[in-house]
Amino acid sequence: MGMEFNKETFRKDFTYKNSAKAIKRFPFPFYEDSYMYSVNMEPHVPGPKGSVFEPMFDVDEHYIAEMQDRAMVLAEDPLRCQSLPHMTLAGWDLLELIMESKARDYPEWFELHKDGHNWHWINRPLGIDQKFTFLDESTLPYGPMEYITRQSQGDFTLQDQRDDNLWIEAGMVTTQADWSLDFDIGMSFHEWHAPVPRAHELGVFDRALKFLLKLQHGAPVRRFNWTLTVDPLLDTSPENYPKWGPMRTDIRPENVGERMYLRVELQTLHRLPRSNAIAFPIRCYLIRFDDLVTVPKWGRRLHRVLRDIPEDLATYKGFLRNRDSLVQWLSHYDDGAPTSTGWMAD
Amino acid sequence: MSVKAPRISVTVAEVLEVNPLIKRFRFVRSDGQPMPPFSGGAHIVVEMDDHGTRRLNPYSLMSVPEDSSGYSISVRRDDTGRGGSLYLHQHVKPGMAMEIGYPVNLFSLDQRAKKHLMIAGGIGITPFISQMAQLTSLGGRFELHYSVRNRELGAYVDELKALYGDRIHLYFDDEGDKIDLNRLLAGQSFGTHLYVCGPKGMISWVRSTADAAGWPKGTVHSEEFLAPPVGQPFTVELAQSKKTITVGATQSLLEAMEAANVDAPYLCRGGACGQCETDVVSCDGHIEHNDHWLTDEQKASNRKIMPCVSRFGGKTLVLDR
Repeated sequence: MGMEFNKETFRKDFTYKNSAKAIKRFPFPFYEDSYMYSVNMEPHVPGPKGSVFEPMFDVDEHYIAEMQDRAMVLAEDPLRCQSLPHMTLAGWDLLELIMESKARDYPEWFELHKDGHNWHWINRPLGIDQKFTFLDESTLPYGPMEYITRQSQGDFTLQDQRDDNLWIEAGMVTTQADWSLDFDIGMSFHEWHAPVPRAHELGVFDRALKFLLKLQHGAPVRRFNWTLTVDPLLDTSPENYPKWGPMRTDIRPENVGERMYLRVELQTLHRLPRSNAIAFPIRCYLIRFDDLVTVPKWGRRLHRVLRDIPEDLATYKGFLRNRDSLVQWLSHYDDGAPTSTGWMAD
Repeated sequence: MSVKAPRISVTVAEVLEVNPLIKRFRFVRSDGQPMPPFSGGAHIVVEMDDHGTRRLNPYSLMSVPEDSSGYSISVRRDDTGRGGSLYLHQHVKPGMAMEIGYPVNLFSLDQRAKKHLMIAGGIGITPFISQMAQLTSLGGRFELHYSVRNRELGAYVDELKALYGDRIHLYFDDEGDKIDLNRLLAGQSFGTHLYVCGPKGMISWVRSTADAAGWPKGTVHSEEFLAPPVGQPFTVELAQSKKTITVGATQSLLEAMEAANVDAPYLCRGGACGQCETDVVSCDGHIEHNDHWLTDEQKASNRKIMPCVSRFGGKTLVLDR
């Protein structure tokens, strides 16, 4: 099958680990040695072979373990997956997009056979063989969005478009950087982005909304977002803050390399054809600082970014209290040499 | 930044005369693949090579959204227009190869509605045909009020009656029929959404009547594509591209920019969507604002222009493009 899937955990003993191949293809998000918000969107077209951009939806060595972790989160808190009644059609759109993409990009793992509305879906890594009727919810064990996002890495939200705005009205959110679907559901674009510092003043959200309202089917776009996380915990949710918030007080200079993770979100945006809604997959990648600095350019650059980032952004991203320790640790990997622009390793 | 979907190469599968003014065109993909699905109310931009002039005109899709075997549009012939509809009527024949854009929806159904109340005038019927087909497969409630000039020019009235029965209400102008809008709106249940597509006068009549009757703004939806008007030729300077171009009498400013290989964003090409909004660097003369995107204040300020439908008369116009 071409790939071994890791047996690993994202909680308690935290056995999550990136292979050498996964480190090499890690989507390092910093284009230059500093960071500020911008409407940094580019067409989501297939990228270099082996990169996380090669397929429409990346499936990597963490696939099975991530899906098991998602099932555990949902068992404890079913409200992580919600879809308002009018969003079911958008859920079918998403199911079709993911099934078609995966069957096309990974034919050895996924198959989709269509005979009119009679569909047959095979997901070999997860051992699923499902015959169902497209657009008939009663033929699937879950609603269409929940069904397919239990088989897809990353969080997903669905935005309805009306009144010249986008409304977050469905989603599967279990690998989030400290935001809550249950809190945000039903909000407009500016409402759910309200907590982000600076970007409003920069006009980023006005421009982004204007751009997204015109997003076309057949022309998806992508951008990166990032933050830092202590230990490879996917579910850094407000709902579970008491469990992970205090972990940030454990960071000391001697454990930075082992316990600090750069958390990168590859966010893509897709206009959905039948519902005219927008799908927003948010795919989370985690890399331990020890692994990250094995790429010299990344070590140098992360040091400079974290050293120079404005305090309000560091606060918003939740690492201000540890910033000095992190910067000091990273400084050992920054010899002051110039770095090339672009996120690729030199 | 604008990101455009790839174009779709199609073959004209059928050309059908619906009535003396309207022809229906069916496109299938030249590579034999299925068409992308779409949502009721979506339109496509059809690219035409009209004897050396490149035309890109938007038309509402009127086929069944789930039918991936092809797309259908209906085109009303405009004998005094710029020539796009005349080209389609006179020169486009089955078997011809053409290019179309991906579907774009600027007139989508609000899926929260308990019921969809639709009001169509003339060729404005086309987006409702795909919307009613989609609502039928989704189990949505709808009711259509369709006003036409006379029985001969009432496109698709028999087909719609046969499909949807008493949910279709017909009004023939020459028989003195008139939609009793106040009564119609007063009789709707809570949660109804109102949609109107047709001539400008009809849209403003429906919108103002609904507004006066207290309908919330978000429950009233309309679509009006403007054909770019013909006019006097004029000259425009493009500051970024350092070019001076002349816009012909039957050409739009957007088309003239495209002909000069200037990359200009667009979606609807009919003054509705806002995608082609362009900053005016300086203006010594009068901008003929034909869009319904810019606010009245923006129009008066002469700081913005919509190149898809608006024109200029006067000494100099410099655009940031």
